[in-house]
Amino acid sequence: MTYVIIGAGPSGVTAAETLRKVDPVGEIILLGGEPEPPYSRMAIPYLLTGQIDEAGTYLRKRDGHYEANRIEYRQATVESVDPAAKSLTLADGTTQAYDKLLVATGASPVKPPIDGLDLPGVHHCWTLADARHIIALAGKGAEVVLMGAGFIGCIILESLVERGVKLTVVEALDRMVPRMMNAPAGNMIKNWCTEKGVRVLTSTKVTRLAQSDGRLAVELDSGEQTAADLVVVATGVRSNVDFLEGSGVKTDTGIVVDQNMRSTVEDIYAAGDCAQGLDFSTGGWEVHAIQPTAVDHGRIAALNMAGRPTPFNGSLNMNVLDTAGLISVSFGRWDGVEGGDHAESVDADNYRYTRLEFDGDRIVGALALGRTDHVGVLRGLIQTGIHLGPWKEKLMADPNRIVEAYIDRTQGA
Amino acid sequence: MAWAKNILRVNLTKGTCTNEPLNMEWADKYLGQRGLATKYFVEEVDPKVDPLSPDNKLIMTTGPLTGTSASTAGRYSVVTKGALTGAIACSNSGGFFGNEMKNAGYDMIIFEGKAKTPVYLFIDDDDARLLDAGEIWGKSVWDTEDWIKEHHQDPMIRVASIGVSGEKGVLFACVVNDYHRAAGRSGVGTVMGSKNLKAVAIRGTKGVQVKDYKRFMEATAAAKKVLAENAVTGEGLPAYGTQVLMNVINETGALPTRNHQTVQFEGAHAISAEAMVEPRKSDGKPNLVRNGACFGCTIACGRISSIDRTHYTVAERPQYQIASGGLEYEAAWALGAATGVDDLDALTFANFICNEQGYDPISFGATVAAAMEMYETGVIDDKVTGGIELKFGNERALTELAELCGRGEGFGAEIGLGSRRLCEKYGHPELSMAVKSQEFPAYDSRGIQGMGLTYATSNRGACHLRSYTVASEVLGIPEKTDPHSTEGKAGLVKAFQDATAAFDSSGTCIFTSFAWTLEDVAPQVDAACEGEWTAEKLLEVGERVWNLERQFNNAAGFTAKDDNLPARLLKDAAKVGPAKGLTNQLDKMLPEYYELRGWTSDGVPTNETLNRLSL
Amino acid sequence: MQRSLVIDPGKCTGCLQCELACSYDNESIFNPSKSRIKVFSFHDKGRFVPYTCTQCDEAWCMKACPVDAISVDAASGAKIVSDELCVGCKVCTVACPFGTVNYNADTGKVIKCDLCGGDPECAKACPTDAIVFVDANWTGLERMRTWAEKTDAGQQASA
Repeated sequence: MTYVIIGAGPSGVTAAETLRKVDPVGEIILLGGEPEPPYSRMAIPYLLTGQIDEAGTYLRKRDGHYEANRIEYRQATVESVDPAAKSLTLADGTTQAYDKLLVATGASPVKPPIDGLDLPGVHHCWTLADARHIIALAGKGAEVVLMGAGFIGCIILESLVERGVKLTVVEALDRMVPRMMNAPAGNMIKNWCTEKGVRVLTSTKVTRLAQSDGRLAVELDSGEQTAADLVVVATGVRSNVDFLEGSGVKTDTGIVVDQNMRSTVEDIYAAGDCAQGLDFSTGGWEVHAIQPTAVDHGRIAALNMAGRPTPFNGSLNMNVLDTAGLISVSFGRWDGVEGGDHAESVDADNYRYTRLEFDGDRIVGALALGRTDHVGVLRGLIQTGIHLGPWKEKLMADPNRIVEAYIDRTQGA
Repeated sequence: MAWAKNILRVNLTKGTCTNEPLNMEWADKYLGQRGLATKYFVEEVDPKVDPLSPDNKLIMTTGPLTGTSASTAGRYSVVTKGALTGAIACSNSGGFFGNEMKNAGYDMIIFEGKAKTPVYLFIDDDDARLLDAGEIWGKSVWDTEDWIKEHHQDPMIRVASIGVSGEKGVLFACVVNDYHRAAGRSGVGTVMGSKNLKAVAIRGTKGVQVKDYKRFMEATAAAKKVLAENAVTGEGLPAYGTQVLMNVINETGALPTRNHQTVQFEGAHAISAEAMVEPRKSDGKPNLVRNGACFGCTIACGRISSIDRTHYTVAERPQYQIASGGLEYEAAWALGAATGVDDLDALTFANFICNEQGYDPISFGATVAAAMEMYETGVIDDKVTGGIELKFGNERALTELAELCGRGEGFGAEIGLGSRRLCEKYGHPELSMAVKSQEFPAYDSRGIQGMGLTYATSNRGACHLRSYTVASEVLGIPEKTDPHSTEGKAGLVKAFQDATAAFDSSGTCIFTSFAWTLEDVAPQVDAACEGEWTAEKLLEVGERVWNLERQFNNAAGFTAKDDNLPARLLKDAAKVGPAKGLTNQLDKMLPEYYELRGWTSDGVPTNETLNRLSL
Repeated sequence: MQRSLVIDPGKCTGCLQCELACSYDNESIFNPSKSRIKVFSFHDKGRFVPYTCTQCDEAWCMKACPVDAISVDAASGAKIVSDELCVGCKVCTVACPFGTVNYNADTGKVIKCDLCGGDPECAKACPTDAIVFVDANWTGLERMRTWAEKTDAGQQASA
């Protein structure tokens, strides 16, 4: 049995390891598109601050980890897939046969259609190569424009602040992290960042970039023009699925999979940021693009590939973000469900915010700012579908008592 | 080490919070908590001050061991000039607030002045701020605590607050922390209320360090073992709480009953620890839900109780159909034997209200008892009581007055004067069972002679927690003495008073002294704190603290004449029980006590004594 | 036989000696706020529940860690955070459905129970045996395990 995994991110690596656990004899080939050992994009912000070196970003730290697990890790870019021949064509013209294929190619940042985004000094923050460019340009006092205050943008924001740059954030929507936070929370994050010396422009778009005196001139739709030594583009990502064209693998916002992570083509599976997996909260199919989902996908896909049918219950969308010291989390249906109650507790002065969304007497989504203690119980509460009983009323009155609610309902006498 | 070495000074008049270093020279002489805060207090406050004026100060204080892993080391005290007594007041409380205060980095918080409008102090480690209490003024202790946790979005905040009784000037109001632990006596909550200070809310995350960790762990482990292996602290208190005493003291013939008219209560068993664990008829569950511990306590004597849901007090009021702080012995006595009420659920309800509205069940129950005697003898009538039939044994009168007192309304407001003022008001001062205006706790000094001297000389007015000679005279700890004899009691009282002052200055609970002596405390303090701490030095600290308190009271206007007991105890002999025929022989003990103390026959410390104690 | 922490809330008096022991062992200071075990108090029920990591087989924290900073200690079975490798991204704090991995802002790392290398201080400090360290095959553990399974993403995914 030959398993081929395209993509050496968290999903691909987890899949390879899971395969080895359940199939001691199969051949496992892990193809990565970048020259470094498998690493975590999640760790790049900490590389930018100098907290870790490049080796600190590696997904697995033990020397010889892949060899020890008899996982063949190779750098290769896949050009196309031929499901009939069960074969991949690689960029160097060679082919690679597979019995079971996992597509875990992740996503790539996209550039909005704006003039000047190809100029020197404009970078994404996605790969280790990008990180090296940013480190070179974002020295203390450098003027930096960050395009996009989504999740990725905000993760980078913190490290840029720590590097001591003069930072301007430009976000097209009306608040920060609009896909993870509602208006009150997003605006609290904005105020916090502003207080930390970051210039945050929401409802603002970059219209054009140009070179000027060896620097970049950034034009905004407000008419303002600002100079920058570095522009970081974090305006969104899309799944890496182009190479599947013609393979018959159906894609939508990502690769369409079933509950066993199978694509529409036999023996081809998908996992991670390129897969449109089952969402726990909605029962729909969505690309989450978060680390825990990628890992879940990789594990479940591998079990199914190895002949252990394991249906996936769906993953819970959740994020944790640290914007210059203000920690925020979001879980599941933080935007609420029809007919559900919600409870909210706001302390804007002290940057504390909690919002719970209910469906009947169960929590289906949550947002929290300024709290880290035992915050994981929100996942527990949501994903185990705990009926709150009398705690519903208590949480409606004070949504901060989630840990008590969880423990009382699960560790019952 | 052990001390945070930091004081927070809160000027309520100016609205400022400032830090200052702890005076370590004083710490070496007064250790902490009761001793050290009293030193600060007497240095800063005019002894003649009106307790309810802005010039009085109020100090919340931890001990050096508070916040460490020594058993029971979560205590804090409130030191001020008592609203009820006009004497030095030091009320000690357990729960978790003291630890939180220490963890936030404060040995002491000194409140001075008076806020223009109600405020509460919010502390998040170094961040201390006075905040508007407009929304909680008028709320109970329980609602205040809930409101603060909700408002600051942090269920882990610890709160000490006053209830409505403290706002309304009930003279024996407490400061209540953690819903049902209280700095209970002498009206320290009344002083807090007079300052427009509703609550202190703390989140402390800085931690507590000790000097020599290895030695500290050895010393605390050894001391914990002593507690675990002792019959009182290892078995009696965890199983039955202080209520283990109800039947014992009744049998001793020292259970003051119906305003000390007699010394045994026929309903004692019905309100005892044994009754609290009996399944009740309605739901088969006992009154006692379980025992609970204060911070760091390996004894866990706390009672957590529930009231029969069919009982008249709670049947229509689900908010009281919960588990909460249950009856301790003194409360059970004051609410029960003193008033002749033997309805355990009624007593438990009255106790809940005392906690909820923040006032002292001992002074409340004893004052109700005095009022009942005045009612039964026709001194006061229904017009005065607002229609309440104030007869001994009437549980509905008790629970109604509990609620009225909690709100400072109707005849409840008059009960809030305390027995001395109430009885004087109606022309019968002799019916007040109090010393220095503070009501007796649950031991009749005709049957336990040493307690007469204890009460008469207690620096904060009648109190069992200044020298608990019951331990020796009834329980035989550390050795048995005859409760009916006055012989050696002067020395016994002095020894207990000095040792107790040392325990109260350390951060540990006085209940440990059923098993520990200062020989057990000293190695713990020594391993935790800078300096060298022996049992001898601790005892000297205790004696110094006692004399310092005495000096303050003397300067406040108290004299030897105030070291006295009500005539009933000195002249009316016990009618029943083992002590039948006995009165308290205070006059046989007091002169000897003054002499042993090194005081003049007027009860004033001699210069020699002051010099010996470096005062 | 691997041993595990078994907690019986019925025996807990809420004294917090476990939190003191834990914080001192891990942080060299008595500081309940830094304890990896936390006693939750339900004051109107008279219930105290000590709560910490069960070292669950699913190990969501470990799987979610993007930088391999959480590993299994072979001897004790504990999931241990490496301070050296942890970057403080906090993904494990949301991934753990028990909420027993917490972020320590002072150090910029996460903290969780590591069973003190196989001899947990909390169990030693507990005066009432509400926390004991015994053979893992114990019914009390099943309660948390049940919830662990309910959270699991794949129905038969205990690979």
